[in-house]
Amino acid sequence: MTEQAIVETAHSSDANPVGEARSLGADARRALARNPLFWISATMIFIFVLMAIWPSLFTNTDPTEAVLSQARERPNSEAWFGRDIQGYDIYARVIYGARASILVGVFTTLFTTTIGAALGITAAYFGGWTDSLISRVTDIFFAIPLLLGAILFMSAFPSSNDPYFVVVFKVVAAISLLGWPALTRLMRSSVMQVLPNDYVQAARALGASPWRIIRSHVIPNSLGPIIVVATINLGAYIALEATLSFLGIGLQPPVISWGVSINDAIVGLRTTPHMLFFPSLFLSLTVLAFIMLGDAVRDAYDPKTR
Amino acid sequence: MGKYIVRRLLQMIPVIIGTTFIIYAMVFALPGDPTAGKCGERQCPESFVAEYREKYNLDDPLPIQYAKYMGQVVQGDFGTNQYGVEVREDLAKRFAVTGRLALMAIAVEIVIGISAGILAGIRKGRFVDNLVLVSTLVVISIPIFVIGAVLQYFLGVRLGLFPVTVSSEATTYELLLPAIVLGSLSVAYVARLTRTNLVENLRADYVRTAISKGLSKRRAVGLHALRNSMIPVITFIGFDFGALLGGAIVTEGIFNIQGVGGYIYRGIQVRDGVAVVGAVTALVIIYLFVNLIVDLLYGVLDPRISHD
Repeated sequence: MTEQAIVETAHSSDANPVGEARSLGADARRALARNPLFWISATMIFIFVLMAIWPSLFTNTDPTEAVLSQARERPNSEAWFGRDIQGYDIYARVIYGARASILVGVFTTLFTTTIGAALGITAAYFGGWTDSLISRVTDIFFAIPLLLGAILFMSAFPSSNDPYFVVVFKVVAAISLLGWPALTRLMRSSVMQVLPNDYVQAARALGASPWRIIRSHVIPNSLGPIIVVATINLGAYIALEATLSFLGIGLQPPVISWGVSINDAIVGLRTTPHMLFFPSLFLSLTVLAFIMLGDAVRDAYDPKTR
Repeated sequence: MGKYIVRRLLQMIPVIIGTTFIIYAMVFALPGDPTAGKCGERQCPESFVAEYREKYNLDDPLPIQYAKYMGQVVQGDFGTNQYGVEVREDLAKRFAVTGRLALMAIAVEIVIGISAGILAGIRKGRFVDNLVLVSTLVVISIPIFVIGAVLQYFLGVRLGLFPVTVSSEATTYELLLPAIVLGSLSVAYVARLTRTNLVENLRADYVRTAISKGLSKRRAVGLHALRNSMIPVITFIGFDFGALLGGAIVTEGIFNIQGVGGYIYRGIQVRDGVAVVGAVTALVIIYLFVNLIVDLLYGVLDPRISHD
């Protein structure tokens, strides 16, 4: 057989009944497009992000307009979600409150996951003193409880008169500074389970560079757990922001956020439950959307679940 | 094994130094005058300020301050807090309460979290699986202080099933509801982690081998798949213990528990640096030992991971 013929046979076998060759990414995109959970969560996230960027699209009411004569009114035709103790329209407050939570959640997750994954892979793959160094530094930051560290950080850099975005990014910095070690450890243990596999040894024996082995063999096979935890964390970070507000050192009035609204409402749990219900509902729905998205993406990208 | 443990204990030393230094630097970087408000509604006399700064080495550079402080801690002297009470005495009392609370929360995690995860994992895609996934989502998505306040109101005030607040004795019964609240978020994490790992391991070759060589499904799942699925879960529970000890601030606040979290929080607010650093140092040491135990468990669970 001539060389030409071999090439042709190889080509014709490409178009065999198995179907066209698709990369892992293309396969994953197809799987995602077929998953209703993905579309539901993506739609919800789209709405919440739109709410964060452009709140006046959803309501004409000014969230800072206090109608004291109608304070603590139950939901009615005029104020759909009722009014809070200051007579603010809760519907408007909830719409405008999306921004702070979305910003904190998304940016903290982005920072912690990137740092965590990069350090975790480096430590597990290169081993030796690199592993020891990264693991010890991780241990140092990891040993400081997240909430305590965030409280200390926010107290060390108090923000009474700072502009909105500075306050939000202080919260992001406080949580990110102590949030990454959890993901580093998780990624490290996950990569360590992948490394002894034959396909990694084979790639190494074939002379693949470390970067290539990490990119095409280690990452796809070890990313599952970190995606699940990162998406769950996104919700946890949003809740943590609310917790810091609850303790009086996160976002503070006049900043409008779900956390602040929940904290205002929690004392009136018995008499005005609607004040607590609506901000909590929106907070929970946002968290829910991100977790569902994470699950859908994991199912699509993990070759093992197919 | 013995060598490994010794090496790990030696490795703890830089971690303890690093962590306490960060905490120490942050606490003493807190803005404001440390002697402000120590003398009631008037300026502190010069002599008092001088003595105070001398006592806490505030005029030295930070690393030297820190070294002097750690020199005392190593000798078992945590110093006295602002009220002149030995920090060590305070900590012993507070840790007894918070430690029990955290252990009970861990027990809740293990019992409820792992069993829910197993049930969901072996019946993937069925009703139980969806029930577990949905209910863990609900728990994760509600902030812990909302869960705490709502459960306290309905189970404590309305139905009277649990005591509403915890007295200074902090009996096990009184701590039960706070432990459930404290552990609720982690229960959800544990259940989801167990499920994810079990589902992956159930497809592994060794499970198929176990079943094809005639083991019952129960044995194949319980002995082979589950054991390997527990590694990430144990890792999580190990580090969660530290987080629970320090993160109990909110739960302790809601249920009026006299624990470590509240002690540290109050210390930060009134700038009682000695109390904060002492409490955090103790937390870190406990946490490191728990994690050493977790790492030793890896080898027991998965013989492929060896410590030699």
